[in-house]
Amino acid sequence: MSLSRNDVAKVGLLARLALSDADLDTMTRELSTIVGFVGQLEQIDTADVAPLAHPLDTQNVFRADVPKPSLTTAEALQSAPRHDGECFLVPAVLGDTGAA
Amino acid sequence: MQPSDMSAVDLVTAVRQGDLTALRATEAFLERIERLDGQINAFLAVDREGALRTAAAVDAKRKAGKPLGPLAGLPVAVKDALCTSDLPTTCASKMLAGFRPPYDAEVVARLRAADAVIVGKTNMDEFAMGGSNENSAFGPVHNPWDLTRAPGGSSGGSAACVAADMAPVAIGSDTGGSIRQPAGLCGITGLKPTYGRVSRRGLVAFASSLDQIGPMARSAADCALMLETIAGHDPGDATSLDLPVPAYGSDLERPLEGVRIGRVPAHFGAGLDPEVAHAVEEAFAAFRAAGATIIDIDMPHADAGVATYYLVAPCEASSNLARYDGAHYGHRAEPGKGHRAEPGQGHRAEPGGAPASGGGFESSLVEMYCRSRAEGFGPEVKRRIMLGTYALSAGYYDAYYAKALKVRRLIRQDYLDAFEKVDLIGGPVSATAAFKLGEKSGDPLAMYLVDLYTVCTNLAGVGGISFPCGFTKGGLPIGFQLQAPALAEPLLLRATDRYQHLTDWHRRRPAIAARPR
Repeated sequence: MSLSRNDVAKVGLLARLALSDADLDTMTRELSTIVGFVGQLEQIDTADVAPLAHPLDTQNVFRADVPKPSLTTAEALQSAPRHDGECFLVPAVLGDTGAA
Repeated sequence: MQPSDMSAVDLVTAVRQGDLTALRATEAFLERIERLDGQINAFLAVDREGALRTAAAVDAKRKAGKPLGPLAGLPVAVKDALCTSDLPTTCASKMLAGFRPPYDAEVVARLRAADAVIVGKTNMDEFAMGGSNENSAFGPVHNPWDLTRAPGGSSGGSAACVAADMAPVAIGSDTGGSIRQPAGLCGITGLKPTYGRVSRRGLVAFASSLDQIGPMARSAADCALMLETIAGHDPGDATSLDLPVPAYGSDLERPLEGVRIGRVPAHFGAGLDPEVAHAVEEAFAAFRAAGATIIDIDMPHADAGVATYYLVAPCEASSNLARYDGAHYGHRAEPGKGHRAEPGQGHRAEPGGAPASGGGFESSLVEMYCRSRAEGFGPEVKRRIMLGTYALSAGYYDAYYAKALKVRRLIRQDYLDAFEKVDLIGGPVSATAAFKLGEKSGDPLAMYLVDLYTVCTNLAGVGGISFPCGFTKGGLPIGFQLQAPALAEPLLLRATDRYQHLTDWHRRRPAIAARPR
C-alpha cells in the first residue's frame, strides 16, 4: 500500500498539522511503509467476528445527576496561551482580521 | 544499611517503627539524584523542596502520634504523564512545556494521601509514544547499565531511576508495553495491572482503551505494596473497576505447587536473541523447580499483535491529541514569529485551487491550530496522529480501524482460550537486551517491532509483569514476562515473588549505582 503526497497532504489538513514540503516527502515515505505493514491484517479471516473496541464489558456508567464542584474559571484559564479573564481568545473565525 | 539500598517494604517499616526518619530517607535518594542524574537524565523535574517539606511533615505526624499512611516517608518518582498540581506536567513534549495542571491525577492524590514523598517527574517518550525514550523533547534517558544504550520506553525515566537507586519505586504507564519493556531492559520489576484496575483520571490520555498505570520497583513485594495504594475504584474514571482491592502483599509466600504456566513455542522464533532465549528457558526451569507446571500453548493470533496495536493505538491517539489546539493550554504558535513548518498544499482551502487568505490556510484560526501542533509535537507523535487520522478517514475506516478491532477480538479470545488451560503465560518481554541509543531511531517500523511480546496484553486488557531473569555476557539485564487473566494480580505478584526468592537477578545493581568510596 503506497500513499500519494496528495493523500498525505489531505490527512495533514484533517489532523490539523502544518506540513512543510520536506515533511510531506518524509511522511509520505514513512506512512506508506507503516500502512503496508499494518495492511497484513487483511489476510486474517474475520468473517463473523464482531469488533472489540474496548477490553471491558461495561456499558454506560452513570453517576447521580447532582452538581459537584468543578474547576473555577481562573483555574480553567490558568494555562491558556491567551484569555481575557472570562474566555479563551483565539484568532477571529469570521472576518479574517488577524486579531488575537 | 543505607536508605537507598533498602526495599520499599523495609523503608516504610523503618519509618513507621521510628528506625529511620522520612527526612533522612528522602535526603538519601535526593543526594543520589543530584549525583547521578546528570549522566542518566531520568528526571524532567526534581522537587527537592517539596519532597523535604512532605518528609518533614510525615516525621512531625509520627512524632505527634498521628496515624501514618501505608507509604509514609517512601520516596516515589512519577512519570511525567500524570498530572501534578504542584509540578509541571509535560509528557516530555514541547507542546506542554511549563504546563501546570489544575488538579492532581487520582494516582498522585492517592500517593499523597498515603503519605508518600513525591521526589520528581520522570522522563519518557513524548506522550508515551515510543520504546526507547529517544522521543523525549528533553533528551533521551541513558540506561544505567550502559549509558550508550536506551533504557526502553516509554516509561524509561521511571525504569532508569529505580535501576540506579535514585528512587525505590516509580509510577509508570503502559499502553503497549511501556512499563514492562523498560523494566526488562533496566533490570527492574514492572507491573501492568488489568485494564481498569487503577484509575487513569489525570493520566494524559494516549490510547484510552489500552492505557493503564502501574508500579515499577526493585521487586514484586515492593510492586505489591504500591499497587495496594494506587488500585481501586474512582468515580472520576468511567473505566475504573468497582471491585475490592486485595491485600496484594499478604499472599506472596504461598508456594507455586499446582500453578500452570503456559509457554508459547512461537515466542522462540528467529528474531529472539539466543542469550535472551537461554535466560528465559532457565527461568521456566526455575519456575518448574518452584513447583509450577510448564505447559506449551498456542496463541494463534499473536503474530498480528503489532499490526493491530499500530492501528488501534494511533487511531485513539489521533482523537485524544486533538485537544492540543493552542487555545486552551499548551503551545500556541505566534503569527510572524519564525515558524519552522510552512504550509504544504493540503492547507489550501481547495487542493489545487487558489490559496485562501492567511498564507494557504482556510482561516487564521486553522492556521493557528496547524502551526501550533506542527511546532509543539515531535516527529513520532506526528507520525502516529497522521496514521490514526488516515486509518479513521472516509474510505479507509473499514479496511483499517474496523478490521483491527475484529482482530483485537480474536487476540483476546486467544487469551480466554489459553487461560482455560493455564494460570499464567510466561515468555520474553523483549527480543533483545537494551539496544544502542540511535540504533533504531531512524526506522519507525523497526522500533514498533520492539513491542512484539507486550502489545497483546493491552489489546486483551489483562495484566502482565516483567522482571530480570539473567544477564547477557555483556552485562545487560534480560527480562521475563508473566501474563495473567484479568484481575489475577495476586498470582502475578506471588509467582514473581517466589521466583525472586529463588534467584538474585533482581538484587544486582549497575556499576553506576555503586556507592563512591
